[in-house]
Amino acid sequence: MPDPGTTAIIEVRALTKIYRVGVETIHALRGLDLSIARNEMVAIMGSSGSGKSTLMNMLGCLDRPTSGAYHLNGRDVSRMNARELANVRNEEIGFVFQSFELLPRQTALENVELPLVYARGGWRGRRQRALAALDRVGLSKRVDHRPNQLSGGQRQRVAIARAILNNPSILLADEPTGNLDSQTTVEILALFRQLHAEGQTVVIVTHEDEVAAHCQRVVRLRDGRVLSDLPIAQDTAGRHLPAVRAATAEVGVPAHAAAQAAAHTAAHATEQGGGETC
Amino acid sequence: MLNPLFWLQAISLAFSQIWANKSRAFLTALGIIVGVASTTAVIAALTGLKSKVLAEFESVGASKFFVFPDRPDNAPRNMYPWEKILLKPAEVRAIRDECTLVKAVTPITEVGLDVESGDKRIEGITIAGIWPDWHMVQNRFVEEGRPFTSIDVDSERQVCLINGDAIKELDLPANPVGEAILIGGRRFLVVGIVETTQARFFGMNTSSAEIFIPFSVAEKMQDRNFFMRIEGMFTSPDVAEQGEDEVRFVLRRMRGLAPSDPQTFQVAAIDKFIEQFKALATGITAIAGGIVGISLLVGGIGIMNIMLVSVSERTREIGLRKAVGATPMAILLQFLLEAVTLCLVGGFIGIAIGRLAAFGLTQIPGAQLEQADVPFWAVVLSFAFSAVTGIVFGMFPAIKAARLDPIEALRHE
Ligand SMILES: Nc1ncnc2c1ncn2[C@@H]1O[C@H](COP(=O)(O)OP(=O)(O)OP(=O)(O)O)[C@@H](O)[C@H]1O
Ligand SMILES: [Mg+2]
Repeated sequence: MPDPGTTAIIEVRALTKIYRVGVETIHALRGLDLSIARNEMVAIMGSSGSGKSTLMNMLGCLDRPTSGAYHLNGRDVSRMNARELANVRNEEIGFVFQSFELLPRQTALENVELPLVYARGGWRGRRQRALAALDRVGLSKRVDHRPNQLSGGQRQRVAIARAILNNPSILLADEPTGNLDSQTTVEILALFRQLHAEGQTVVIVTHEDEVAAHCQRVVRLRDGRVLSDLPIAQDTAGRHLPAVRAATAEVGVPAHAAAQAAAHTAAHATEQGGGETC
Repeated sequence: MLNPLFWLQAISLAFSQIWANKSRAFLTALGIIVGVASTTAVIAALTGLKSKVLAEFESVGASKFFVFPDRPDNAPRNMYPWEKILLKPAEVRAIRDECTLVKAVTPITEVGLDVESGDKRIEGITIAGIWPDWHMVQNRFVEEGRPFTSIDVDSERQVCLINGDAIKELDLPANPVGEAILIGGRRFLVVGIVETTQARFFGMNTSSAEIFIPFSVAEKMQDRNFFMRIEGMFTSPDVAEQGEDEVRFVLRRMRGLAPSDPQTFQVAAIDKFIEQFKALATGITAIAGGIVGISLLVGGIGIMNIMLVSVSERTREIGLRKAVGATPMAILLQFLLEAVTLCLVGGFIGIAIGRLAAFGLTQIPGAQLEQADVPFWAVVLSFAFSAVTGIVFGMFPAIKAARLDPIEALRHE
């Protein structure tokens, strides 16, 4: 496990999720283990249907596992009721969606303020806090715009400002750049890196190696299990990094990383769609 | 638990939701608007009618009583012929002489006669035969001249009292005291002018020519079996009950009725009428309340329907709110508040329309509804009913919203 010395924010053991659709049973997660430490920046990758979104929804307390344990900041989340989970989502988690999920009739500022509406206290100074969050994502000039008056990248910035408003323990983003062009993707990733540099723990689900290359660590899923969990330098996504590119050119790819990469490529080639029902 | 910011945004969201779907909200609230408006108008009309009628009763005098002939229920006609049950002059004298709780009493008999004054002749004026106590019983005194006295009755004097309308119709001088007129061909001396009072039951008999003569004289001008009624006054409204018993006792004895015999007359004190009328008014108000209940039920089902639509339209929004930390309770309250707001807005419009209708009622000439008004309790009740409708019928959609699974809701569409 990487970073064994630091305290774990997320501690997941033997997590399973089974969906039942009619007579079919779909094992979206099959005994997944994962721990994420404070101030890490982790990319979760894997082919379509490998269970990335399912895992993210569990981590974000939006969904409950079928079995397994999930400790968030040392608290056993899997035993909480709907109200307690709501409070955890409000106070500990910032979630960024691929499709932004902004309220269309509200301004950027009002959208960012939304978590304070449901806060258990400390709603005072909400304007300043929301403005500060918008400032952090570089949108202080667009506070009174409605979502349809903003570009895709700006909308995602509003969504990120909303996610970081309550200073969450962890910022979860499920394909945050999936709806954005490459230029905007670069900007949004720079924003995530900036937040990470400011001390924020970040988990990003992505399909793109370029995106994963911005993270310190890459967790690859396959069939609802962790396929590989490596520091970026050892993951194939790392070949996009200039430093890694230079290093591998000199020494060659480390043996086990190369094997992982080969396995990964094979998985991509043969098991597109994860072998599960679509 | 829920902070002030939540309530602030919940209320503003409820209103903006209504505003964003104005026509839909209006159509939905129509049931409530119509229900509240019609009930408000009915209550206003009843309130107006009630205070008007009670005021009239009041002006008649709360200690007043009436006696009139009455055939017992289900009794064969031949056993109780009309002649037998008609009130007799001897009976009213007995009431006057023997009933200690009766302060004043008068027989009243009416006869239609032709009246002449100079060249002027009016046919078939109603002439009333009365006792001097009539002044006190009816609370009507003379403006000019003198009232009747017992001497007028005892010595069967050919004197009369007339009112202003009769003076006009007969072309008499403004002060006709001392003039003579012909009533049924007999000469009568006008001794006084009786004041015309506005307060007559339900506006009947308003302003018309009235001529009064002593009862003893009228008796002579009537047929053998003539109709008379008795009006009287008890010493105070508090003794009305005992007073009635007294009158009943005297009359039964006069008529030789055995204790088992049914009564052949009715004694009624005015307070009975007041009570009956109040009961009637309360009954009608209750029925109006029932109607509002039904219309609110119908309106409530509309509210429930539109709230269900709203919940399913906004499933994604609910999912997002849950994702950023809305508890099930917060979502529940949000939607309940929306339903209640919708109902309250409907109730408010309904009350406004009802008030307008009430004002319209006061403007209808002759409808006796000048005092129609929406009482405060009706406003409070309408709002309370509307709010309860919102809570009751908003509950199911709100629970549905609160129970939505956050991730299912976010995946919706
Ligand atoms: N609500 C659901 N009901 C039934 N099956 C589901 C549901 N959600 C996900 N699944 C199934 O679970 C598996 C994992 O889905 P998941 O969305 O986690 O994949 P993913 O890794 O996020 O894929 P993608 O990269 O395409 O987003 C898939 O086979 C999917 O069909
Ligand atoms: Mg996904």
